[in-house]
Amino acid sequence: MPAALQQSRAAYDVIKERFGDAVSAFDANETMPFFEVADAGKWVEIALFMRDDPRLKFNYMACLSGMDYPEQNMLGIVCNLESLGVLGHRVAVKVRCSRDGGSIPSVACVWHTANWHEREAYDMFGMVFTGHPDLRRILCPEDWTGFPLRKDYQVQETYHGIKVPY
Amino acid sequence: MQELGKAESSTTRITRQNDNVVVIEKDLDTEHMLLSMGPQHPSTHGVLRLECMTDGEVVVQAEPYLGYLHRCFEKYAEKVDYPGIVPYTDRMDYLAGMNNEFAFCLAVEKLLEIEIPRRVEFIRVMVAELNRIASHLVAIGTYAIDLGAFTPFLFCFRDREHILSLLEWASGARMLYNYIWIGGLAYDVPADFRKRMAEFVTYFKPKARELYRLLTENEIFVQRTKGIGIMPADVAINFGWSGPMLRGSGVDWDLRRNDPYSVYPELEFKVPLPDGKFSEVGDCLSRHLVRALEMEESLKIIEQCLDRMPEEQGFDSRAAIPKRIRPRAGEVYGRAENPRGELGFYIVSDGKSTKPLRCKARSSCFVNLSAMKELSKGQLIPDLVAIIGSIDIVLGEVDR
Repeated sequence: MPAALQQSRAAYDVIKERFGDAVSAFDANETMPFFEVADAGKWVEIALFMRDDPRLKFNYMACLSGMDYPEQNMLGIVCNLESLGVLGHRVAVKVRCSRDGGSIPSVACVWHTANWHEREAYDMFGMVFTGHPDLRRILCPEDWTGFPLRKDYQVQETYHGIKVPY
Repeated sequence: MQELGKAESSTTRITRQNDNVVVIEKDLDTEHMLLSMGPQHPSTHGVLRLECMTDGEVVVQAEPYLGYLHRCFEKYAEKVDYPGIVPYTDRMDYLAGMNNEFAFCLAVEKLLEIEIPRRVEFIRVMVAELNRIASHLVAIGTYAIDLGAFTPFLFCFRDREHILSLLEWASGARMLYNYIWIGGLAYDVPADFRKRMAEFVTYFKPKARELYRLLTENEIFVQRTKGIGIMPADVAINFGWSGPMLRGSGVDWDLRRNDPYSVYPELEFKVPLPDGKFSEVGDCLSRHLVRALEMEESLKIIEQCLDRMPEEQGFDSRAAIPKRIRPRAGEVYGRAENPRGELGFYIVSDGKSTKPLRCKARSSCFVNLSAMKELSKGQLIPDLVAIIGSIDIVLGEVDR
């Protein structure tokens, strides 16, 4: 097992010990080791623990990507976290919610950078981030219909009288 | 003091002091004014709109509005095959196309698990560093223009032209290269490339120093940038800053060294940091200094690459490219140090298709810009221009 993967594993063990069944098993793949938050309601608590615990210190959120899983009728996010300049380990966290009207707690209060990333995920996939300070569309116009990156997205015919599909 | 009454409006009070002196007090209207800056403002470096709530000359809050250049990169990436995405990445950060291609190819190659020939690696690093210099030249030149200095801009663009013609010679295009391919390169470099590169390095070394002195020893420039838009290190990390922005705040972090890829571990270079003597750590001047010094480090990297690049007769730069690019099922977050910070690609492959299931681009400027609201609080409007310039945004990458 490569050193980076071992570090991620050790970090995961600390989280698993604290939260038990709220987090799923560790996926030890080499390109992006991750675990899933089974109980989405605990996500903010887990995030705070990950940021502040002296053994974890995940102070840097590199990326937050929205995801669409049409087969399971789910939406989700993937967060790439890292302890920048402190402990140096990395791990990815996945959180899922239902595809229709699902919501995920916002972690914008934990990492400032999540604010815009979550707005982008909402804009593209349509999951609601509860507790987000300013949940608006960010890249698409505010009166756009539909969520473009969902797999079953159909583009609207006209937008303010302009023909959209070409 | 006796109040006589209220007239005109509730903000006017008429009072009598000492028998016969009547004082009329009027509260001046202190409503905030909304000032919309952009999307066509020259200092926003593209189409960015800042909605500034101002109190006189002071910005109370500035809210960025983006998306004017949104071209659905991520949606397109799900529709075309992997090699077809490479040209799209050029068009994100169009000032550093090579670096974008490099980051994307690195991410896909992690899933493909293929061996890249050493000569290809060195050429990649060389063109990426060359492009980094070109990008920083634009950043510094336009920053100087924002602050009212015209000459450095001309100096920068004169030297950038040399780089663009070198890259055009190698790839056939000036800005949108499609040169770095998954598993290799579109072409090997031309026969005399090494010689011409060495000439360029000799030419540019004193120019980089000159440019450094031209701006950073200019009293007006220093006064406009020193102590403006200070970002403490821990807040910068929390905001997800990366690249010269993060190093400007004094965090010693560079992906080329801290999460090394390609042949960077073999190369020697320094990571410039502000020392706090000349600038205040975390201010606009620090960020500018980091960029100016980084160009000289890039030159050092190019020199080492020129020395170490293996020369091979009849080298085929496309030899390692798989016939059919179909990565194994899995997901990867690959990233590289771009001129503007960490450019990451989160790619999900189902193992069956030649198209990615999901391809998310983590744009460095998008993340850096998200701190704008914090940075702008309580600044003067002209300083706001200095702050946007120091973030060095390329709207093509912010909006994707």
